[in-house]
Amino acid sequence: MRKLTMIMPLLLAMVLSATAGCSSVKPWVKPYERDRLADPIMSLSRHGKADSYMHHVYQARESARGAEGGSGGGCGCN
Amino acid sequence: MGVTDRIRQAPVLWAFLVFMVSYSYARAATLPVDSVDVLYHRYDGGGMVIDGPVVLARKSVGPQVSVTGQYYVDAVSAASVDVLATASAYTEERTEYTVGVDYLYDRSIMSLGFTNSSENDFDANTVYFTVSQEFFGGMSTVTLGYAEGWDEVGRIGNDNFSEDADRRNFQFGVSQVLTRNTLVGLDLEVVTDEGYLQNPYRQNRYLDPDDATSFLYQPERYPETRTSTSVAARAIYHLPFRASIRGEYRYFSDTWGIKAHTVELGYVHALNERWTLEGSVRYYSQGEADFYSDLFPYENSQTHLARDKEMSSLSGTTLGTGAVYEWKQTSLPGIKRLQFSLLLDWLNFDYDNFRDVTASGSYLPGEEPLYSFDALVTRASVILEY
Repeated sequence: MRKLTMIMPLLLAMVLSATAGCSSVKPWVKPYERDRLADPIMSLSRHGKADSYMHHVYQARESARGAEGGSGGGCGCN
Repeated sequence: MGVTDRIRQAPVLWAFLVFMVSYSYARAATLPVDSVDVLYHRYDGGGMVIDGPVVLARKSVGPQVSVTGQYYVDAVSAASVDVLATASAYTEERTEYTVGVDYLYDRSIMSLGFTNSSENDFDANTVYFTVSQEFFGGMSTVTLGYAEGWDEVGRIGNDNFSEDADRRNFQFGVSQVLTRNTLVGLDLEVVTDEGYLQNPYRQNRYLDPDDATSFLYQPERYPETRTSTSVAARAIYHLPFRASIRGEYRYFSDTWGIKAHTVELGYVHALNERWTLEGSVRYYSQGEADFYSDLFPYENSQTHLARDKEMSSLSGTTLGTGAVYEWKQTSLPGIKRLQFSLLLDWLNFDYDNFRDVTASGSYLPGEEPLYSFDALVTRASVILEY
């Protein structure tokens, strides 16, 4: 597991830097086709602090922690 | 030594990765809108009542910077099975302050923040840094995060007791637009802890060598390091009418031998332009830690000893429901959007190897009924964008 914390950043750096050159990849869902994705009902964290509070509830009662997704997300709708 | 060095080098590597990603992709999102988020939360179950407010305020300072401040209170009234087994019910309060700043640079967003959490026997400080960036025309979002925390553990009734614990979190998230109706996400988080990782009040029990019908208590003794990994996959789909369905799965494992699975399904249904109803079901299960036992055979029978019920094998089910009222483009002066939410969640936990020593009746050690409890979580929130 500790090896993972070392290897993963390097691996990701290589993969992401390599794909940076793929400028020929075009968005296949155009901005004008994202009205449904922009709807708040499509948000994985539409309740703000109320969502992160539930992570806190579970972390206090379960051993599992992390990857709750609070920092991720985004649909390119901005 | 080598292991410790590798852990210390990891933040440097993550910083390198953040730089590489920031350098490679120069497209991204906009800063979050100015808002005030007020939440009242209440947890009631298993002998515990915890409630209080959370207030989060966000304000932009120019076109590139947004600052946040948050105040969070947990008022605790505790009479859980752990407390009643070896101590008396108590009340306490935890207060948390967070300040943060988001910086929009060349269309990438970098966030830096600090959190302090304090209660009468525990003090925690955390610094976090995340960078988030959209690319491929806004169809993909990558988020990288690093957090470091320093905890100071005390013990009521013993002013000389003071122990430290340090934490490091490494987060990686990707979300991807698949179709005009589908969004998927993948999250990975590695957490390492080092130091005093046990609860200073909790004890474990072992058979009384002089009386097979009773048991005695001894202090908990945990390893001083722990590393955990979580991987989660999520998907959300917009139905042909104004409703969405989502699914999530998370796998967790750690160096204490605990493995866990979490599955959650949710549905949101719009009644009209402003009202939405939602429902969800969540199932969680975990195996027990390598050094966990409900009843040890004799005193100090192994190096590490734990009877924390959170480290027993257990399963939990949550049924959630809620109603949301959203008012866009309000006619109220200075307010662009309002959202009111009332959310109710019923939680149930069943323990496979944690017995209720407070159960009424006469039982031999290890033959008490298995413990279970349920709880109701209430969340009422107002989000105001201005």
